[in-house]
Amino acid sequence: MVQEKIIAMLAEATDTDASEITADTKFADLGIDSLDMTEMAMDLEDEFGITLEMTPELNTVGKLAEAVEKLTAEG
Amino acid sequence: MRRVVITGMGAVTPIGNNVPAFREALFAGKNGIDTITKYDVTDSKYKLAGEVKDFDAVALLGKMTARKTDPFTQYALVAAQEAMDQSGLEGTIESDRFGVCFGSGIGGIETLCTEHQNLLEKGPRRVSPQFVPKMIYNIAAGNLAIAFHANGPCTAVSTACATGATAIGEGYRTILHGYADAMLCGGSEAAINPLTIAGFGNCQALSDAEDRNAASIPFDKRRHGFVMAEGAGVMILEEYEHAVARGANIIAEVCGYGSTCDAHHVTAPDPEATYVAKAFRDALPEGTDLSRVYVNAHGTSTPLNDKTETTALKLAFTEEGAKKLHISSSKSMTGHMLGATGTVEAIAAVLALTSDTVPPTINYVEPDPELDLDYTPNKAVSTPLDVALSSNLGFGGHNAVVAFKKV
Repeated sequence: MVQEKIIAMLAEATDTDASEITADTKFADLGIDSLDMTEMAMDLEDEFGITLEMTPELNTVGKLAEAVEKLTAEG
Repeated sequence: MRRVVITGMGAVTPIGNNVPAFREALFAGKNGIDTITKYDVTDSKYKLAGEVKDFDAVALLGKMTARKTDPFTQYALVAAQEAMDQSGLEGTIESDRFGVCFGSGIGGIETLCTEHQNLLEKGPRRVSPQFVPKMIYNIAAGNLAIAFHANGPCTAVSTACATGATAIGEGYRTILHGYADAMLCGGSEAAINPLTIAGFGNCQALSDAEDRNAASIPFDKRRHGFVMAEGAGVMILEEYEHAVARGANIIAEVCGYGSTCDAHHVTAPDPEATYVAKAFRDALPEGTDLSRVYVNAHGTSTPLNDKTETTALKLAFTEEGAKKLHISSSKSMTGHMLGATGTVEAIAAVLALTSDTVPPTINYVEPDPELDLDYTPNKAVSTPLDVALSSNLGFGGHNAVVAFKKV
């Protein structure tokens, strides 16, 4: 569910077909830079009611989805 | 002595979103001023502007670029693409011999307003990380350098309403003195919003007319303020031998530049017009036949500007000489594009020169006895031209005049 949301956001922002984005897709490969990542973090915070600190380790769709899911579970 | 020529031009304006459309409207005397559509003006004192029409940033630039740029950069990118395509320069020049001199009067004020609203309503954690790199006024120059691989000198000039002319003049000197072989020059503006309109309105600079044909009326006795507009203009300047060697289409030559400051008052021009006159004299090549000169005047439609410019032309070229000049203000059609205006009007001057046709000052109805030069009222005039000048005067007292001749 979180991963689908992230994929939808990325598809919208980069004008890419959602079917081309998977858990292993690296943000850099989509032409996403650190400014875009911060902006996406803001949208995820609003969507899931969490506080998300972006780090360089969160460099794929799957890793970011996992981090968001963990924060959401923590409430 | 190096020579500098124009090999490409691009424009996004209230009367056309490319140079061919702009040219047709310019000579036909089309009025691009209308009721503001960007926000509700029902309760506003100022209801008119020269808006750019039918500009779809997503379709023209793609979703990513459109989202990450302010409209002033979007207009710049589109105008620059047209100019670059016309020049055929891409891939024919060492990237570090290609530079950018591109400015804006105000920069990304729409972005500033949006993000300030975010700050007030949602707090600092919701101010977009794109805010600064979308807003800062040099960022159009930076984006242009990225888009067209220009690793040479890249500067963003800002001389308020003279910006677009200063950018051409400084780019011209950059090539003339050997620092680059080609320069992408111009100006851009996208500042039609309630904050800017309120600011200029309270400076008593804007027309509050509701009749679109009686608002931007340069040199007319009824003139009472300018009409805010937006857009972008780009010129590709190139060293003459470089252009010839690659078989480029040479449009015209840049043959002079005058740059002075009134050092008098922040908003009002010096009524003596001493330094506007000097800029005109510095720009015009000696020995030019004044009856074969076109002046695209700043002609803002404010009472003071149009009087000062008339005084300056008389001071520069004598009363008798000034009366020989063909003068007009394309702001009667476009309104005042602030930082973009100088480049768009330089393009108008070049189009006039190369087609031996003087574009009109439209909506000229009531002559002002004090302003007694030939302002080319209402209809374009065919006449042989040797030189075209474009003059712009900005808040801060900046005066810039650029001169063009046939090659």
